[in-house]
Amino acid sequence: MADPHSTSQPSPEADAVIDVRDVHYAIDGRPIFAGLDIRVRRGLITAVMGPSGTGKTTLLRLITGQIYANRGHVSVFGREVGDMGRAEIYATRKRMGMLFQNGALLTDVDVFDNVAFPVREHTNLPEPLIRTLVLTKLEAVGLRGAAHLMPAELSGGMARRVALARAIVMDPEVLIYDEPFVGLDPISLGVILRLIKQMNEALGITSVVVSHDVHEIATIADYSYLLSEGKVVAAGSPAELAASDSATVRQFMTGGAEGPVPFHYPAADYASELLGEPA
Amino acid sequence: MTESAGTIVSEGKPPPRKVEAQAVPSRKASREGLLEGVRKAGVTAIFFAQLLAACVPALSRPRLIIAQIYNAGARSLIIIMLSGLFTGMVLGLQGYDLLHRFGSEAALGTAVALSLLKELGPVLTALLFAGRAGTALTSEIGLMRATDQLTAMEVMAVDPLRYVAAPRFLGGLIAMPLLTAIFIVIGLFGAQLVGVQMMGVDRGIFWSQMQSAVALKDVTEGIVKSLVFGAVLSLIAVNEGYHTEPTAEGVGRATTRTVVASSVLTLLLDYVLTAVFL
Repeated sequence: MADPHSTSQPSPEADAVIDVRDVHYAIDGRPIFAGLDIRVRRGLITAVMGPSGTGKTTLLRLITGQIYANRGHVSVFGREVGDMGRAEIYATRKRMGMLFQNGALLTDVDVFDNVAFPVREHTNLPEPLIRTLVLTKLEAVGLRGAAHLMPAELSGGMARRVALARAIVMDPEVLIYDEPFVGLDPISLGVILRLIKQMNEALGITSVVVSHDVHEIATIADYSYLLSEGKVVAAGSPAELAASDSATVRQFMTGGAEGPVPFHYPAADYASELLGEPA
Repeated sequence: MTESAGTIVSEGKPPPRKVEAQAVPSRKASREGLLEGVRKAGVTAIFFAQLLAACVPALSRPRLIIAQIYNAGARSLIIIMLSGLFTGMVLGLQGYDLLHRFGSEAALGTAVALSLLKELGPVLTALLFAGRAGTALTSEIGLMRATDQLTAMEVMAVDPLRYVAAPRFLGGLIAMPLLTAIFIVIGLFGAQLVGVQMMGVDRGIFWSQMQSAVALKDVTEGIVKSLVFGAVLSLIAVNEGYHTEPTAEGVGRATTRTVVASSVLTLLLDYVLTAVFL
């Protein structure tokens, strides 16, 4: 389990769609990653878990070329992201879809136009064909009837599903989900979980799910990485993580307040501070 | 006594260490402020260059630009027309009062027309544009930044500079001269309403004096000013929105900065352009 790449599944490097090697990244001198290693294999659902503030979203920004690593390698589809020019980055992004935590729908157009947006921007397809395509994707997420609604009229779960339809409308090879379960009611959460699994199985899309919802992730992930303090502290199938005897993994999987990941932010002595004594 | 003498000495000659302690941070702060100002000017210049580059492909999407002309222009029309009307009426009243003292009421049309064409039309329209359309642009783009819409476009391989910023910049640039022209025309109507209808200046003299005294150069000055104000104010609004801190407070601060910077720069540039034209 300590080596994230020695798994029960075959792991040839050629099979890696996303390869993150010894990545170091800091924001304003504060280290976020210190030697991060993650490999996402084709056709699998790979989960990236970790406590809040461990840089999960930063990892997605590195993968999509929005930011660059200070050191190390991030390669996508076999190409180093840092070596890509703007045109190549854009070409690579067209092969990926991303579901944002809040949906990030365009607020000035309706659901239909939101889903149609990437198609209209990147293709010259005739409008009737775009209509068919968009309605097909909306049907897949169960929101064909909501095509005329504005984003402000959608619930959180519906917005997430519209964003999912938009993410898959260009038939991407990789789908990236940033905290897809946050703030969802149990029904919406179940729907999103099922959709992620369906997208993976029916369309063969490689999926990267960034989340800290351990139990939800465990039901769909093929392989999981647990991040803490800037690096991978555990990796394996959900069953392997559940059986781990690592204190960090145990604390994260059981939601314990005390453990290697401290509950309290570093502070002066509590009693001294209450009594007004100098630190 | 000793205490009192000591107090006098300390008031007359402050301890050097104290002065040094105050002067060093002050110098440091002003140096940092200067550096920050230079950095911001550099960022804005680079953004402007990128924006101009993005304007070329954006021209092939006239639908987006027309929508922004509507947002910045048509939606500002009521406030521009009302302000133009009252400005013209005030000019008519004040002008008549002033010229009447010298028995020169006949020059009212000329005075009003030159004031509106060369100064009040472009400047007041720009100030109103900054308050109405500029703030709307900044807050709209700022909210798009705060809600990840711009990032989502980036990830969908759509350049937000080309899709969001450039059409809004071009929309503002085109709308400003149009709004200025409308402001001036309505202003002239307001001045005529007061001067001719209320104060009794001869209608023929009012318009004919204006026709003979106003030269093409005066009209050009107004057009050039409105184009420059349109470019600068749209740039400020789009730049502030695009680089806003993605929080509610950040959007509020960016909107305030848009109004303040736009107003000050409008008056400063007005002086520079007037000096150039004279």
